[in-house]
Formats: sequence, C-alpha cells, structure tokens
Amino acid sequence: MKADPRGVLTGIHFIDGDHACCEGALAAGARFAAGYPITPSTEVVERFASRVPKVGGTFIQMEDELAASITLQGAVWGGAKAFTVTSGPGFSLMMEHIGYAAMTETPCVFVDVQRGGPSTGLPTLPAQADMMQARWGSHGDYEIIALCPNSPQECFDLTIKAFNLAEEFRVPVMFMMDEVVGHMTEKVVIPPADQIEVVPRKHTRKSVEDYLPYDTNGDQVPEMAHAGEGYNFHVTGLTHDEHGYPNMTPQVQDKLVRRLQNKIRDAADRIAMFEEEQLDGADVVVVSYGITSRVAQRAIGVAREQGLRVGKLRLITAWPFPEKKIRELAAKVKAFVVPELNLGQMVREVERAAAGQAKTFAVSHAGGGVHRPEDILKVIVEASRCQTA
Amino acid sequence: MSDSLIDIGNPAVNPVEPFLRTDRMPHIWCPGCGIGTTVNSFARALIDSKIDLGSLALVSGIGCTGRVAGYVKLDSFHTTHGRAIPFATGLKLANPKLNVVVYSGDGDLSAIGGNHLIHAARRNIDLKVICVNNLIYAMTGGQTAPTTPDHSTTSTNPYGVFEPSFNLPHLVEAAGAVYVARWTTFHVRQLSRSIGEAFQKKGFSFIEVISPCPTLYQRRNKLGDGLDTMKYYKEKSKVRHGAPTSEVGLTMTGEIIVGKFVDRDRPDYGTMMRAQFTESLGEKFVEQDEQEVPVCS
Repeated sequence: MKADPRGVLTGIHFIDGDHACCEGALAAGARFAAGYPITPSTEVVERFASRVPKVGGTFIQMEDELAASITLQGAVWGGAKAFTVTSGPGFSLMMEHIGYAAMTETPCVFVDVQRGGPSTGLPTLPAQADMMQARWGSHGDYEIIALCPNSPQECFDLTIKAFNLAEEFRVPVMFMMDEVVGHMTEKVVIPPADQIEVVPRKHTRKSVEDYLPYDTNGDQVPEMAHAGEGYNFHVTGLTHDEHGYPNMTPQVQDKLVRRLQNKIRDAADRIAMFEEEQLDGADVVVVSYGITSRVAQRAIGVAREQGLRVGKLRLITAWPFPEKKIRELAAKVKAFVVPELNLGQMVREVERAAAGQAKTFAVSHAGGGVHRPEDILKVIVEASRCQTA
Repeated sequence: MSDSLIDIGNPAVNPVEPFLRTDRMPHIWCPGCGIGTTVNSFARALIDSKIDLGSLALVSGIGCTGRVAGYVKLDSFHTTHGRAIPFATGLKLANPKLNVVVYSGDGDLSAIGGNHLIHAARRNIDLKVICVNNLIYAMTGGQTAPTTPDHSTTSTNPYGVFEPSFNLPHLVEAAGAVYVARWTTFHVRQLSRSIGEAFQKKGFSFIEVISPCPTLYQRRNKLGDGLDTMKYYKEKSKVRHGAPTSEVGLTMTGEIIVGKFVDRDRPDYGTMMRAQFTESLGEKFVEQDEQEVPVCS
C-alpha cells in the first residue's frame, strides 16, 4: 500500500540524518514513539514530538530506556507502528526488550545513533562499535535485521524500509546510524506519498474462533491481532506454543526458536541490500558501511588512480549478514579490506564468510572521528600486493 | 461478544469460569496461595461492573502474580520483569479506548519496576494497577522484597531482614495516584468493590492486596499455613477508609490497616496531552483517534 500523505513531508529539504530518520518514520506510518534523551540521537524524537501531534499520534518521553523500549511494544499491540531512538548506553539498556520483541514477534524499529564506547564513552563523537551488540545483545538465540544508512537521504529512505521489514517479518529492526550520519546535513528529497511503498501490518482475517496467535500457516510469520478486537489472545516472553500459551518443553522450544531464526535466515538473500562498484576483475574489495563507506570511497578512488583494481561493496543490510555475496566474491578476489569505526566487528563476519578463499584485512579505528582516507589506502595497497590465499 | 460469555444464570457453571482460560488449568499457584482468590475477586468485579470485556486488556510482569495474565480470558500480556506498567502505558496511549489493567506482584512492581510505578502515578496514566503483595519474592524461592517486613526471615536475609520496607499506598499517593486502596485476601467482597470503583476512575489507580505465601513467607517465618494467615487477616485487619497513608505501614504480625485511602480527581495523561495540544496548536492538532491503523485488507 501507499504511504498516508498526512505523514509525508513531500519536498526537497536540507536536514540532518536524525531529522531525516524522523521523517522516514512518519512516512512509514509510525504514529508512536517512546524515548529517553541521549546524545547524539535525541533530535530524532525531538522532531517527532513536534510533528506527531499535527499528524495524529503520540510521543512519550519515558523515565528510562528500559521503559521506552517496552512502551513502544505496548503501542504496537495497541495497533500502532512504533519505534524508539537511542545511542550506546541506552541501547545497552534496551537489550532486554529487543529479546522480548524477537520472542513475541512484535514488529518495531530501534534506532541506534552510534557513539564511542564502552560505557559513557564519547557522547558526541562517532563509532560503529554496536554492530555485534545489535546482532547478539540480548540473551538467547534469535535473529534481527539491521540496516546502515550512510547519508541523510538514506536515513529517510531506509527508515521506511526498516518499518516495512519489521512488519513483513514481525521482527525488531535495528537502524544502525552513527553520529556523523546523524548530524550531517545534506539534501533530502521526500517524494509524494503515492510514490512511497508501505508494508501494512500482517493482521489476521480469521474469526475469533479460528485464530491461533502463533500459528504460522506454513509461511513462518504468524498473523497478528490487536488488543481490543475480541480475540482474547495471550502474549508471553516465555517459550510458547501456537496458542501463545507458555509451554516449556524442549520440543516446543526447538520449534519456536528455530522458526524465529529461520524466518530471517531463509529470507536473507531477499533482505540483503548492498551497493557495489567495479567488483568484476577486482583484486581487492573494500567492504564498508555507514559513514566509513564515504571515507573509503576517497581511498578507493585514489587507489584506482594508482592503477589498483579495487572494488567496492557497501553493506546496507548488516544483519542478516550477506554471507552469500561475500562467499561468491571470495572465490574471485585476492583480499577484502574492511574499515570500520571499531576494533574489528563486521570484519569477523567477512573473514568467516570468505572461509579462507581470500585474505581479510581490518582497518580498525577506536572511534571519536572517522578514518583518514590514507589509512584505508595504505591497507588497500598492502592487500593488493598479497598472494592469493 | 462479552454478554454471551457471562452465564451467571446457570447454577452448574462457576460464575467466574467464563473469565478464565480453563484449558490452562490447573494453575501453578501453591495450596493456600492468595493469588487465585484475588483473581476470583477481579472476575466478580468484572461481572458487577458490567465492563465491556472486549475493551479490556490485562498486563502482567514476572513472578507468581505475573502468571495471572496467562489464566484470564482477555487480551493479556505477560511482559518482562518490572515492565508491565510501561508496556501498559504504550497500549493505553496507542488505543485510548482500551481499559488497561496491570496485575502483578510487589517485587515486580515496586523493586525492578519501582521507577515505572512512580512515574506512571506522576503522569496519571489511566491504568488500574492490582498489586498482589505477598511480602516476598515467591517464584524464585523466598528472597527479600522491598515490601518484606522488618525482622522477617528470608532466603537472602537468613538472619533477619534489617532494611526498611516500602509502604506502597504511601508511595503511590505521594507520586500522584488518584485512587489507592488496600485489602487482604480475606476481604474478597471489599476487594471486588474496590476494583469496580477503580474502573470508574480515570487515572492511575492502585489496589494493594495483602496475600499469603504459605510455602515461603509464612513457613519460613513460622506464621502457620494459609488458614492461619486468614485468621490473622481477620483478627488484625482494621478498616480505616481515608486513613493517612503515612500510617498504614506493615509489620510482620501487627495490625493491617485496610480500606480506601485515596479517592481524588485530577486530569489523566491523555486528557492533559489533548488539552495542551489543543491550546498550543489549535486547529493544527490532529486527534489520534482519527487515524486508521493500516492493516492488511
């Protein structure tokens, strides 16, 4: 279906990534946000608080991130599309409810504008060091989807995509921004509402008598009902059967947890989004995401001027990790170079997917700024000289 | 749909049965536990208040009382530990037509969820909170709760509790609740009536129900079994409607002040929000109810 025009600020804007993310959420149909102030993410909900009363919806500032991350889920079961926005320390507090959303299959979006850590770290400066936390931060086995924008325009476009994926798969989607992308101001084009595709809630059409809240009907994603519609359904974070009732046997656990995993893994190719450039005939492929991809672009350009055959693979979907793409490339190239604003997170995934077919070089950075292009260039040069694995 | 479920004319059916997921019985609660008694009073309040069950949602946290959500035939949510109130807040704000009940225990609501409890009362979110207070963490085996009375013995204070406990009615009144009452599981009719009254209030209502945990609290403290506790509640409870909540703190074997302590009116969160936006934005303010939630058609 098309976006509700009341939430779409059609036009050409000069806004930062945080504000663009808010507009993306409104365009996607989000009418509820719960938040707690934290730099460098707060501008998203500040704008939402200003905009949403004129669109028809609610923002509530909660007492902490523990509350914000579950309040939004109450809103989802009340019928809204909902999200929260935070940064590292708040993201840590939200892990409990990322697990709850995964287990109860509550479609929602968590925006993390990444800053330097650990702990309070660098409140106003960038990092990309929450990537593994986004994937593995809550306890137990589950899958999530994570997207990485690299511009304010993508903060708009991909926020809509994040909500759409959340609804399609009934999964919490992590929107992994970073401080630079969040605070960078650029041109953002917001199209007319009739050009914006919005995925509606997968709401059941079954009668009250026939509805089973966690019956998947064979397609891995169950149909939802909302509170107040007469279905008298039960939702629990405990291991549950198709009735939604607690059933704590190894058999039910196995069936449930494997489905939560497989509904995402089986669709990984369809979910995977990346931007590629000159991969054919490349000796070295630079794999990057978020703000680092824009720094890497400069290094790639200089390397090509020096006659090196360098390809670019920008990850837009970080999770599920596009390992098929990496595996295919690994058979053809000498090496991967992975710059990121952490001491080595996604590079491990690249290395795992390459499985020894190509070498993997990290270009780590502890955060607080972005790489110097020459630091990435140096590793590209080194990688292009290496012998094929 | 609700009317057909309530068949109180049929003597063969327990009048509260239509409110329960009988396919989930037997429940997990111990013999002598008071939680089932509170559910009975709750169901009878639903009958008496003729509340529309289709608009009623129940949210629990974690613990023995947290399991109530699994046994009532309502839209029901068993959330994470301590977070029933913020979940219920989102539910209520997203669909203001819902009647949202939070049904949870003392540890869940006042320890790990304590921050949410006071802030929901401060905001005056329109929630009906039923707090079953068994004075201990029961599900996990009898550890000290913020409500455990001085000098009692628990598995984590084996030499006696020495930290002061919360007086919950006092706490929530100070934080802003519009309706505060306390009963014990001996006072089943009064409890039912209080729940009915809370449904008539718009705002944050809090009903504390003192309830026995014979397996852990009573046994460890040599206070007898469930029946002995009923005798204690009967003999030592004193009804004092309007009692200053500062005077209703609990001790291990002393008097239990019960009754309706607070019944006042102030605008709830939703009312204040709409008034503010109407004043500030005028015609630009769009009521949330006008929005249709987009769903698959």
